[in-house]
Amino acid sequence: MEPALIPPAAATLAGFPARLVFLLIPAVGVGLFAWILRRRIEPLLRAAPDDRFNRYGERVAAVLRLWLAQARQPRYLLAGVLHIVVFFGFLILGARSLQLVVLGFVEGFVLPGFGGAFGAAYHAAKDVAAAAVLVAVVVLAVRRLVFRPARYAVPERYGKDHTPEAILVLGLIATLLVSEGLFEASLVAAERQLGRPLQGLVPLTLPWALAALLGGVSREALQALHLAAYTVHDLTFFFFLCFLPFGKHFHVVTSLFNVFFMRLDPGTVKPVRHGVGEAGLDALETFGVKRFEDFTWKHMLDFYSCADCGRCSDRCPANRVGRPLSPRFVSIKARDLCFRRYPLRGRPAAEPEPLIGGIYSEDEIWSCTTCGACEEECPLGIEYIDKMVDLRRGMVDDGLVPQSLQKPLAAIEKRGNPWGKMEKKRGDWVLGVGEGCRVKGFDKGEQAEVLYFVDSITSYDDRMQKIAQAAARVFCAAGLDFGILGKDEKDSGHEVRRFGEEMLFQSLKEHNTEAIRASGARWIVTTDPHAYNALRKDYRDLPPVRHASEVILEALRAGRLALAPEADGVGTCVYHDPCYLGRHNRLYDAPRQVIDRLPGLRRVEMEGNCRDRSFCCGGGGLMLFYEPEEEMRMGVVRVKMAREAGADLVVAACPFCLVNLEDAIKVAGLEGELEAVDLCELVDRKLARPGGPGAANGQGGMA
Amino acid sequence: MNILVCVKRVPDTAENEIEVRPDGTDIRREDLVYSVNEWDNYAVEEAIQIAERTGGTVTVATVGDADAEEVVRREMAMGAQQGLMLTDPAFEGSDGRGVAEILKAAVQRGRYDLVLCGAQADDGAGQVGGMLAALLDWPYASLVNRIEVLEGQRLRIGREIEGGNQEVSEIELPCVLSIQTGINEPRYVGIRGIRKVASVEIPALGASELGLDPSRVGRAACRVRKLDYFVPPAGAGAEILQGSPEEIAARLVDLLKAKGGLK
Amino acid sequence: MTAQVFAFIPHANSRIDDAAPELAAAARQLAPGAPVTALVAGDGAGVEAVCAEAGRFFPEVWKFAAAELAYPNAELLRPLLSRVLPRGAIVLFSHNTLAMDLGPGLAVKLDAAYLPDIVAFEAPEGQVLRAVRQEFNGQVSTHVACDLSGGAVITLRAGCFAASEPLAAAGRVVDRSADAQGLAARRRFLEVVPAEVGDVDITKEEVLVSVGRGIGDKENLPVAEDLAEALGAVVSCSRPVVDAKWLDKSRQVGTSGKTVKPKVYLALGISGSFQHMGGIKGNPFIVAVNKNPKAPIFQVAQVGVVADVLEFAPVLAEAVRKAR
Repeated sequence: MEPALIPPAAATLAGFPARLVFLLIPAVGVGLFAWILRRRIEPLLRAAPDDRFNRYGERVAAVLRLWLAQARQPRYLLAGVLHIVVFFGFLILGARSLQLVVLGFVEGFVLPGFGGAFGAAYHAAKDVAAAAVLVAVVVLAVRRLVFRPARYAVPERYGKDHTPEAILVLGLIATLLVSEGLFEASLVAAERQLGRPLQGLVPLTLPWALAALLGGVSREALQALHLAAYTVHDLTFFFFLCFLPFGKHFHVVTSLFNVFFMRLDPGTVKPVRHGVGEAGLDALETFGVKRFEDFTWKHMLDFYSCADCGRCSDRCPANRVGRPLSPRFVSIKARDLCFRRYPLRGRPAAEPEPLIGGIYSEDEIWSCTTCGACEEECPLGIEYIDKMVDLRRGMVDDGLVPQSLQKPLAAIEKRGNPWGKMEKKRGDWVLGVGEGCRVKGFDKGEQAEVLYFVDSITSYDDRMQKIAQAAARVFCAAGLDFGILGKDEKDSGHEVRRFGEEMLFQSLKEHNTEAIRASGARWIVTTDPHAYNALRKDYRDLPPVRHASEVILEALRAGRLALAPEADGVGTCVYHDPCYLGRHNRLYDAPRQVIDRLPGLRRVEMEGNCRDRSFCCGGGGLMLFYEPEEEMRMGVVRVKMAREAGADLVVAACPFCLVNLEDAIKVAGLEGELEAVDLCELVDRKLARPGGPGAANGQGGMA
Repeated sequence: MNILVCVKRVPDTAENEIEVRPDGTDIRREDLVYSVNEWDNYAVEEAIQIAERTGGTVTVATVGDADAEEVVRREMAMGAQQGLMLTDPAFEGSDGRGVAEILKAAVQRGRYDLVLCGAQADDGAGQVGGMLAALLDWPYASLVNRIEVLEGQRLRIGREIEGGNQEVSEIELPCVLSIQTGINEPRYVGIRGIRKVASVEIPALGASELGLDPSRVGRAACRVRKLDYFVPPAGAGAEILQGSPEEIAARLVDLLKAKGGLK
Repeated sequence: MTAQVFAFIPHANSRIDDAAPELAAAARQLAPGAPVTALVAGDGAGVEAVCAEAGRFFPEVWKFAAAELAYPNAELLRPLLSRVLPRGAIVLFSHNTLAMDLGPGLAVKLDAAYLPDIVAFEAPEGQVLRAVRQEFNGQVSTHVACDLSGGAVITLRAGCFAASEPLAAAGRVVDRSADAQGLAARRRFLEVVPAEVGDVDITKEEVLVSVGRGIGDKENLPVAEDLAEALGAVVSCSRPVVDAKWLDKSRQVGTSGKTVKPKVYLALGISGSFQHMGGIKGNPFIVAVNKNPKAPIFQVAQVGVVADVLEFAPVLAEAVRKAR
């Protein structure tokens, strides 16, 4: 039977066969798109190498989880659900769009496999999808224009608002949906007029609704509408396609690849240059990223893929406290720079353009605590930490290090700790452990099964030494045979590396690795998550490393640690996930399980801000010395969260978290209301001892 | 402009506790780390910045033994083009005047428009710069916290004087200036930078190459002899208040009231 | 001891500096019985007043009045003094920025020994003088010895020597201005740019709450500000706090900062270096709070509290408020 309306492939436009036009549009569209893509690929060809063509099983799994299942989207529920609707809508409608294009020059075209029952089902499904997407688009537009969520706002210094771009794209999508709906609806209305209604119309979809509206329209008008709708769809489709690589919707094209190539190992730092081993570092002309072309191709792909959703900046603690860092704009600024340097017409810019002092400021890059909240949140698998480290490497190479960081770096170089204290005093904290507990010293030639890697702050800081002392007592009570490297231990170098001083890190790593191997210890325990992360991720060929919380939990489970029953009332505590134990190493449960086994404590959570959404305390290592421009301290934000959760005790499992939280309690005026304590100190307090809990503490328990 | 900067290798005193040896002949040096004198580091940074603006080279020189070379090398890693070791057993034990004589010979061997040194070093004497200038008969200014290069072989300089005020003068080249901390923000020198200059040749000059009369340098030529190191016996000092913080605070409030501290 | 002893008199605004009587006393100790002469260089009417005042402490005052000497330019003073001082003279200065500028070069021109920043000395034995200096930022002291027969330029740290009482008879003023003619220098004084005046003039305050490095961080300043508010006082600080840019330079107490004369001085987290203490005059009641019991500040304070500033200051602030 003839269709009620002349299809596009058979139509004529002012005497010409329309199919020629409908062949020309895709030809030009695809050609233009290909050309634009080729230009966009250009900088990636000149970029630094990256190492992503490996571990394909894991990569496919990541794509299935993050890209297909949109696993990170619901973390922001409304926007996430809306995006999932649009995403799946796009996937479903993709087939229809392809079919439509070909219908312009092949009459009655149906995609292979899309005939018969499946085709009919698909036909209905795509209409439902289109309706859902249209609703989503309307809601998204209302959000953008009326409710204006804070994370989309563009601070003045970053330029103009991005809402027009967003509304334009929403408009284009709506146009595609409505034009396709009209194309269908006009045919449905015409068929109806001929008395042969088309099957498979789903109520509340566009064709269903629009066909009803078109009831009284004449055949000629419907024909014109049919053709016009098709033409509009065709033009809009290819316009949209070619528009994608110009802004945040490039992610539509790049997201699959970006997720496929994303970082697989949290907590690691990329080498100075992929393909150059440690031995080759001295020969490198330059370290780090100083110009745009120094980024790796994956990092450039990241810049292309940023969807400007603002989730990274929304979770970024530096951004929250008013430091000049907003991860979202690190990406957007770099993307815009790339577009500028690599224009579609003309040659790429030749003169070098330094990034620092150009699109980025020094403070912007030093402000990052490498907490990883941004990377954890990004639905597109964009990385930030490696970029920060690379930019810092470039600054260090050029001598652009703030004075506040130069002293601790020089001290680490000379003395192995950022305070410049004497090496021989590194093990002095042992003197305060108390009787009945023997801490062996590998530097004194003693042997032990376990090495307790203490690291600098816990060894030297008056307050943090108490963590080491408490941990030692707990380890002793658990029957561990352990020792410390003492004066043979140097700073793990975790922040040294992440602040861009790679060569100093390498020398620390070499020294510590040798000392650890020479000790003969079978495994390593540490109370410092930064050291934990360094030893596990940055160092090689070491015995297994465990965090104290894991060791304590195991001892509690095996009944090797006896706890005293609590005589007093129940306190309410909350556990603060340190970034380098939690997010970077996925160690969320052991500390919680330890706390839950301690008597006299009720534990609450900082809902929405715990586990992988934990809020950074302010940073550790060298970050303690940096003087940021900020409106308030991260620690203050965090202790207020603890208070709001109803806790009077916040438990940390990191000495840097403890420093920052204790300081914050004072600055926020919460002394007497909130106390901060380390997990090991807490366990130490609760140990059963002759004479009652806390009796054997040489230093007196925490007041 | 060719600039010579005189640097000294000194014990790092930031966190080191300086203790006197029991026999009083010296401080205890076994556990000390050494680095370039902080004031000299500011001077080198200033020289590098001036040379970047005007063209010319920066030479870093030190009077010392073989250990002192690491300091010259570090300043070269910072950006000084040349290094110079002034070393000779005859120089040992020189006082400030002796060091100035050695530096004078080095200055006269080269063609420098400007000589910089740090305002003081570990012994706090702050004398070498002024002595060097007088020996060379060049104009001098100490405690310089600002340098502006003018036309016609002149500099406009600022000196830090009492009360934090700044004394502004014009000085003719060639001249000697001693540099105060805070004049600039010295750039960072990392291990990588130092490794890059690890094999650069640093010429060494002794007494004969410098044409120095041995009687003017070394221990024998000292006009001021250091006899010993000691720590003066502590006086009675403050009355340390005892008790809980609240008790101490209450007692302190009484004392403050009595002394007119509560306004 | 036949050498002549001279003392260069620092002065400002037509008044002699507090150090001048100290120089007089030191000079007499150095060379008992030897002639002691004050040297006053300057210009105009102010010089007359200074010479008259100097004459109260010195038996003889040499006046050098010249237009070029209106501002004490070391590059002019050095050739002047080289010209007028006899061989083997001993010249005393107060250790200030002028002495640092002038002393070393003058010693070379006079071919004399140079003893800078002396805090004490013993009466000379024959021609040999034993003196005490400090090194390593005041952490250790040294005894030094010097043969005075070739002359010496000695700079004395202010406040380390007792001030001389005025002489029974006023000293005579000798006008040597003729020797100050035709002085030329290759360094020309232009102007003094005063330190920026901040919102607060700490030199006028009676009670100061002063913070040092021990305050830890810029964000801890409110702890000190709160205590200051409770006391009706104002916050000042030591040099490291300004270098770290936690406070403006106008708040700095010390030889390179402001000189203050409060009644009460609370030193929180300040170690007590002499450059800082050098900015405190008038013998105020000093209370030191520092967690290091060996901090030098406890030597100069009247009352001390060994505690963490951040912990103790709020307790004190509360006690002050309760007492009002």
